[in-house]
Amino acid sequence: MKIHEYQAKAILADYGVPVPKGEVAVTPLEARNAAERLGGAVVIKAQIHAGGRGKAGGIVLASSPGEAETAAERLIGSRLVTHQTGSEGSVVKRILVEERTAITRELYAGIVLDRKAALPVIMVSGEGGVDIEEVAAKSPQKIIRVAVDPATQLQAFHTRQLLFGLRLSQPLHRAGVEIFRGLYRTFQEKDCSLVEINPLVVTADNRLLALDAKVNFDDNALFRHPEIKELRDLDEESPLEVEASKFSLSYIKLNGTVGCMVNGAGLAMATMDIVKLAGGEPANFLDVGGGASAEQIENAFRILTSDRSVRAVLINIFGGILRCDRLAEGVIHAVRSLRVTLPIVIRMEGTNVDQGRRMLHESGLNFITADGMREAAERSVEAARGGKR
Amino acid sequence: MSILVDKKTRLVVQGITGKEGTFHAIACRDFGTAVVAGVTPGKGGNRHEGIPVFDTVREAVTKEGANTSLIFVPPAFAADAILEAIDAAVSLVVCITEGIPTLDMVRVARYLRGSVTRLIGPNCPGVISPGRAKVGIMPGHIHKRGKVGVVSRSGTLTYEAVGQLTRLGLGQSTCVGIGGDPIIGATFVDCLALFEDDPATHAILMIGEIGGTAEEEAAAFVKRHVSKPVVGYIAGQTAPPGRRMGHAGAIISGGKGTAAEKVAALRRAGIAVVKSPAEMGAAVKKALNK
Repeated sequence: MKIHEYQAKAILADYGVPVPKGEVAVTPLEARNAAERLGGAVVIKAQIHAGGRGKAGGIVLASSPGEAETAAERLIGSRLVTHQTGSEGSVVKRILVEERTAITRELYAGIVLDRKAALPVIMVSGEGGVDIEEVAAKSPQKIIRVAVDPATQLQAFHTRQLLFGLRLSQPLHRAGVEIFRGLYRTFQEKDCSLVEINPLVVTADNRLLALDAKVNFDDNALFRHPEIKELRDLDEESPLEVEASKFSLSYIKLNGTVGCMVNGAGLAMATMDIVKLAGGEPANFLDVGGGASAEQIENAFRILTSDRSVRAVLINIFGGILRCDRLAEGVIHAVRSLRVTLPIVIRMEGTNVDQGRRMLHESGLNFITADGMREAAERSVEAARGGKR
Repeated sequence: MSILVDKKTRLVVQGITGKEGTFHAIACRDFGTAVVAGVTPGKGGNRHEGIPVFDTVREAVTKEGANTSLIFVPPAFAADAILEAIDAAVSLVVCITEGIPTLDMVRVARYLRGSVTRLIGPNCPGVISPGRAKVGIMPGHIHKRGKVGVVSRSGTLTYEAVGQLTRLGLGQSTCVGIGGDPIIGATFVDCLALFEDDPATHAILMIGEIGGTAEEEAAAFVKRHVSKPVVGYIAGQTAPPGRRMGHAGAIISGGKGTAAEKVAALRRAGIAVVKSPAEMGAAVKKALNK
């Protein structure tokens, strides 16, 4: 799960990481008042979940409360298109008004999971303010990595490696230690998948400050963090994906015309691949899971077909725990109650497959059945070409 | 022969009295696995479907000689269940549970090091050696005893592959679903090493997916240490970057973990990579006939 910059900074501040003074505004007037309280000259930062806001014009300097108001008026309600939002962009609903900071150095500090080592690793670099992936690709030696074993937790020697690695001057060491501790504790105690301070700056008056912050959470651990769940901003997610998550369905909207409904993530990805190989484009990723109920199947079907660009549906199920007869029952019911007119290609295999096929056949509905994945993909791509809504 | 599970497997099912635990304990037993015990804290001393239930894994090991564990414990308590099995020195632990918090698995992975336990999963379908034993949730009837080793990060996509193999008359020595999470126990490399040493395995089918670098590590291992023919498929060639595709581990980040990179690494190692998931079985047949 992702959150906004202002929320990330609030969490980090709770863990002792210094952040600039700032206020969230949802109207231009609020932005003006905030700027007045912060001393006039401020930075206005659009709050959307995607990165690359600066280049897209989502971060604006204002030298007076009046300018802050004007900038806010332009930003709030506008659509920001960054390299991470996709072409449709993201609507700015709120902005962060922050005091301005004179800086002398931009650093990077972050913590992620190193999958291979199965350990959290803290990364710092003297090259802050730019995409860390770029630094990692071009000059990996400029990134200092310190893995933290759960048996020791974060020790003083870890922080020394980071401080000396960054060549921070002695007077900044104490503040540096506090920041690394805060970073590590945030990651551990809030079950994060990523905590990133980029840039972490050295100010003109020689302080360390988290000028920007990004915190992502492990979805699997949200059950033990109700306070984090409350930070979820549904406006930042696709409505169909939000709807799908209510029924524990894993759905991701894509740009094609063949709607896919599959059980299991791997098979769902493979189905998207084979649709593409057959000359079509998948409209979505949809995993109904291992033990989907007839009700879940029906909801999956409803969500899938409410995407207006879908021209044909491909159902690919390998029945294990999910029995083919139960799937057939769910699909037949969904098609009847939703009055779906789209062509539907069904490929089933596995547990109770004969029973499932018989039910589809006897339903009197016009399903296209296919034997094997390739045939299913070819038939659905063909159907999508001629399919009308 | 086979790898990981066979006629010597003595299975304890952790979470046996739950709905899933009950269903699959019976299915494993029906397949021929020796299901010798179940564990549900607080229900020790009872029998469930004829299987003795204990409060702790340690009791199941000392009283029934359990050497393999199959875990159906809910995500919030699953890491604790794995740790308990490692602590009881169970040699093989298969964890089916999906949705375990990653940081819980960091602790598990740390405790595994230096232990006598091998972990399969979590978030996996388990392990099956057709004709010998099944320790997992896969449909047993699609399998057939034979000489192809299958290792995969996915569940139903593995069934798809097995279905293709069986249809072509190609049986399997052992099929291992290693799981779709960012942190798992046994990796592709571990399973490839076991298949290489298993005389019953003549060819290996490896099914990877986007995210992480496990496939690249497997490719490097195949190049140096595997003499048997290996066929590969990577799912997620059409997946958009930055999105989690169902599996917590299936996410392309910062241009890393793409299907294209993985396919290239596999091909460089001499692995026959198929583009279409419909061709997995046929490619194995071709590799065996060479």
